[in-house]
Amino acid sequence: MKQFSNRYIFIFSIVMVVSVATLLSLAATLLQPAQEKNLEIEKKKSMLESIGVPADWDNTEELYDKYIKESFVLNSKGEQVDGVDAFTVVLRNEQKKPLIEQYLPVFKATPDDGEKVTILPVEGKGLWGPIYGYVSLKSDMNTIYGVTFDHKGETPGLGAEINTSAFEDMFHGKKLFDIDKFVSIQVLKGGADPNDIHGVDAISGGTITSKGLEKMLVDCISKYNDYLLKNRI
Amino acid sequence: MGNLEKEPMFSAKNLNLFTAPLGKNNPITVQVLGICSALAVTVKLKPAIVMALSVTIVVAISNVVIAAMRKYIPDRIRIIVQLVVIATMVILVDQFLKAFVFDVSKQLSVFVGLIITNCILMGRLEAFAMANKPWPSFLDGIGNGAGYGIILVIVAFFRELLGSGTIYGYPVFEKIGVYSIGYENNGMMILPPMALIVVGLIIWFQRSRDKSLVEK
Repeated sequence: MKQFSNRYIFIFSIVMVVSVATLLSLAATLLQPAQEKNLEIEKKKSMLESIGVPADWDNTEELYDKYIKESFVLNSKGEQVDGVDAFTVVLRNEQKKPLIEQYLPVFKATPDDGEKVTILPVEGKGLWGPIYGYVSLKSDMNTIYGVTFDHKGETPGLGAEINTSAFEDMFHGKKLFDIDKFVSIQVLKGGADPNDIHGVDAISGGTITSKGLEKMLVDCISKYNDYLLKNRI
Repeated sequence: MGNLEKEPMFSAKNLNLFTAPLGKNNPITVQVLGICSALAVTVKLKPAIVMALSVTIVVAISNVVIAAMRKYIPDRIRIIVQLVVIATMVILVDQFLKAFVFDVSKQLSVFVGLIITNCILMGRLEAFAMANKPWPSFLDGIGNGAGYGIILVIVAFFRELLGSGTIYGYPVFEKIGVYSIGYENNGMMILPPMALIVVGLIIWFQRSRDKSLVEK
């Protein structure tokens, strides 16, 4: 192989790095609007899934406007905060703030069966990265109407199973409160008793994700404690 | 150089570049490269297939890019250049997936990024593309990607079938009713060690049929 001078090597690397950087930043900038739109649609789609409305990529926006009519932001005392759009609140950033300053988004929906559903966003940690989702409650603010979970990078076939309907369907009808006490939902290794109103089966091979999910539900929903108790029927 | 000396595009030699990695020179079972991702994405068929496709695309394009530049790449920094090309390709693929096929991108999640560390890519660039023209390099890339993919799909097929009782998400075992006669899914199959054992069985099978692969 022929020998190259040091000067050639320097120029070669500089040209290479600059052109690669230009190419990548160009691609990132040009594709950003499409990517952000996808994230927004995905968020709406998950919310619809948590109230049992199956949405396609194309009709998500339309269905969202039809079913999810109201949204507002609470503080940790359960009081409404004005002037903040619940949809744009990024839960991950909120969780870094002290509890008293956190914005807690609430979405209200009315599915076809006429139930007044409250949708609460949740976010926590799985094994490899964030896990998140929406928990929707019936008007008694206690019974779970539906849930949807998703993850950034859990292991396919193991932790990633939290976003399958087999897992999510187990949450239907489970209860968050034991009379006035918040007990959340336990994710039980080895399987939950079907009559247990506070427990669901964990995922085999996905113990850390299951535990993370359990912690996420406790951490996020307990912040709404005051609001849920005040507004239950 | 006249036309007479030009090799036809699909000469036997070129075709061999494509077919050898599928069998006799398979990157996973013979060269034992890329095992790490073969363990991670083979619990279910779908991620395995998408991963196989992405690796094929990235290795083919990187091969072409490196082969086209091979005469201008200084020897001393060639590994860095190869890495830059691979990383650029992977990031571009990831960005495009996120913008246009969002659901596939979610399916693959971290594994797209992990393509960068797949040993098969560096191996092909260093061993083949640095010394060959773009077209043979392209065939070599496609062949190696497919050879990698075929093993991934075989492993994923058995792991999904025996571990979860499904094929591509379709519940086969439930439909033919083996659960009612006392069959249970083998939880071991969904754990990473079983991927290694399945790969080992494939290597055993391949070598027992083709003695020339057995080391002296």
